[in-house]
Amino acid sequence: MNETSPQTPDPDDGRDQQRPAPSRRALLGWGGAGLALGAAAAGGGVAAAMSGSSDAPAPTSAADTGAAVAFHGAHQAGIATPVQDRLHFAAFDVTTKDRAELVQLLKDWTRAAERMTAGREIGGGAVPAVAEAPPDDTGEAAGLKPSRLTLTVGFGPSLFADGRFGLDGRRPDALVDLPKFPGDNLEAARSGGDLCVQACADDPQVAVHAIRNLARIGFGTVAIRWSQLGFGKTSSTTPGAQTPRNLFGFKDGTDNIASTDTALLGHDVWVGADEGPGWMTGGSYLVARRISMHIEVWDRAALKDQQDVFGRTKGEGAPYGGTHERDKPDLAKLPPASHVRLAHPESNGGARLLRRGYSYTDGTDGLGRLDAGLFFLAYQRDVRHAFIPVQQRLARADALNEYIQHVGSAVFAIPPGVRDKDDWWGRELMTA
Amino acid sequence: MRPVRLSVVTAAAAVAALTAVTGCADKTDAASGGAKGGDGAVHVTAKDDSCTVSKTTFPAGHLQLAVENQGSRVTEVELLYPDGRIATERENLGPSTRATVTAEVKAGTYNIACIPGMKGEGIRKKVTVTGGTAAKRNPAMDAAVNAYRVYAQAQADDTLPKVKVFTDAVRAGDITAAQKAFAPSRVGWERTEPVAESFGDIDPKTDTRADGLEPGQKWTGWHALEKQLWQDKKLSPNAKALADQLDADLANWQQRVGKAVITPTSMANGAKELLDEVATSKITGEEDRYSHTDLSDFQANVDGAQKAYELLKPIAQKNDPALVTELDKQFTAIDQLLAKYHDTNSSDGFLAYTKVTAPQRKGLSDGVNALAEPLSKLAAAVVK
Repeated sequence: MNETSPQTPDPDDGRDQQRPAPSRRALLGWGGAGLALGAAAAGGGVAAAMSGSSDAPAPTSAADTGAAVAFHGAHQAGIATPVQDRLHFAAFDVTTKDRAELVQLLKDWTRAAERMTAGREIGGGAVPAVAEAPPDDTGEAAGLKPSRLTLTVGFGPSLFADGRFGLDGRRPDALVDLPKFPGDNLEAARSGGDLCVQACADDPQVAVHAIRNLARIGFGTVAIRWSQLGFGKTSSTTPGAQTPRNLFGFKDGTDNIASTDTALLGHDVWVGADEGPGWMTGGSYLVARRISMHIEVWDRAALKDQQDVFGRTKGEGAPYGGTHERDKPDLAKLPPASHVRLAHPESNGGARLLRRGYSYTDGTDGLGRLDAGLFFLAYQRDVRHAFIPVQQRLARADALNEYIQHVGSAVFAIPPGVRDKDDWWGRELMTA
Repeated sequence: MRPVRLSVVTAAAAVAALTAVTGCADKTDAASGGAKGGDGAVHVTAKDDSCTVSKTTFPAGHLQLAVENQGSRVTEVELLYPDGRIATERENLGPSTRATVTAEVKAGTYNIACIPGMKGEGIRKKVTVTGGTAAKRNPAMDAAVNAYRVYAQAQADDTLPKVKVFTDAVRAGDITAAQKAFAPSRVGWERTEPVAESFGDIDPKTDTRADGLEPGQKWTGWHALEKQLWQDKKLSPNAKALADQLDADLANWQQRVGKAVITPTSMANGAKELLDEVATSKITGEEDRYSHTDLSDFQANVDGAQKAYELLKPIAQKNDPALVTELDKQFTAIDQLLAKYHDTNSSDGFLAYTKVTAPQRKGLSDGVNALAEPLSKLAAAVVK
């Protein structure tokens, strides 16, 4: 993660500052890549690598060095961390009724995550001394670098419901059940969950290994409800790097929150001390949506129609009326139903999401159609003022709706970071 | 049934086969051994309620048992290794008949068993073979293996009559009765499947599914009949032959189950393998795809795993008490979960698997994972 300070940041940090904040302009000058969907150009998650001036030589990509991202910190890694290439996201149901078992699981998971994010095997490793037992570590990541693995844990609304674990009174007001949006075609088997773990890494094997081993540790206490693989964040480390493209071929996340923009992060992503229960201070809220794309239909749409849907050009990514991708969109010049116009913070009272989504392809369906789309992940300070109003507007009028369908949905409270070796995920929730 | 499996039990089966061969070969050169014939023979007198042995201590080497059945029933005499495995045996000894049984024995504690009626554990006499340098054995482990061997034999003994109900119905052309008897005829087999599978030649004949056949392999066994009974809804001309074959193959299994090489580790791994069976072929409904009696097999697999676990529990308790606590909990949980699918109106006592919804199957799968993961650690806890 980016935060090098173990202290909880001042929740008001940057809240009153004007946007765009100076740090954001500096990033623009540095090459603009910092504004890509979380894909800050350094790619490394090491704060030092992010401080290079605009004329500094491009640092070696951490993705190439396979560096480790610090696990401990005020915020969980995997949110503001520059987006890695690959994703394995898993939602779990808690199957035990015993609070102590849930606590033990969170502790066990934390210890395993500390090791895996550092590139180390868990437990007795993949080749233990005792041959009669299955190895503790499943072993497929043995010999691989940490690959900037981050593991991010969240708590779903259902964990707080019906007197489970005595947590009813600790549910944050902001952890709302998402309303049904027009056009939603949600599958129960791809939605919800008591817990989630987001595993991001530059090597897909490392991400899959992490989820597989956490699931294994959890058998008997939790069970995987659904999971999703993602790809398609190929952020470059060179100045002027291109914003990644989604499977519709359009640049996605041009005006995202930069991973180094502490002011904007404080304003839109991190939960402040005065917002809901104390255990969420320094945390965030995550909305995960599986958005299926009607790929073949889209591919037959004329270029003009495709561009009208987004309100940006396909090649450069420039907003209508502008010439460069980073030109500030003049919303009046974008088609009224265009995606960018409707989703833009200016159309939504300034509501802004830190998007971290991935493309997915689960092969083809039984009809030979590509089973593909966007696994949308968005972090925010309050779902009620960010994702919900934005999605309500989009679901009602977005021209893109003709080509997409939301088929999975979940929302999670993301607790603050694990501070040190004695701390564990959710400690403040479970012990206070 | 699994097509190919290289488990501890399977690997051990090769050893069992060798042992059997050795036992036979010994008969020819028994005269040249240490405790050889004539006065060197150990006399075993079998009666309906007793088993008398002329001496209980003898030196290692070739042993000759001079057996006489003075009882009124057909009997069987076995020499059992310390782990309960059969070193040698003689079956079908009618009243007033004599026979000679030979074996090569190393130092250790053996049992000679007379089994009047050829059912059950029989009447046992402990004998000691002296000399040699056989490794000391853990009595707790021997007891566990011995008890499991008895269990496996009892399951086989219990299965034959139930199979006969099934095959008789097939032979009589009574589809309804055969359908009713199908699942119950499989319970004993499913409870001890890793042992059954350790005899590599029996399982392919009795428990193969259509897609498990090798090119040229004739489809026999339960599932071939299952398809006729449920999918074809009529018995084909070969049904009687299939029924006869199933009887014969399972009788073969019953005869040999006592000879399987079983160790504490293979017991523990066998328990885990039973859960693997559940996870791969019961949860999906593949196993009993025509009759949909998968839950009956599921319960039998769990029962068999639980039996092996219960027998190993005293050993595991010392080495890893936390694991025992977890396994007790998870076995209880899976039994409670299965109890939700009891159906007193069905012949096998369970709901048809087609009526188990996808979310319910997910719940069963979660339960299996919750049990199988700690169960996979049992073998290490036993040998620790």
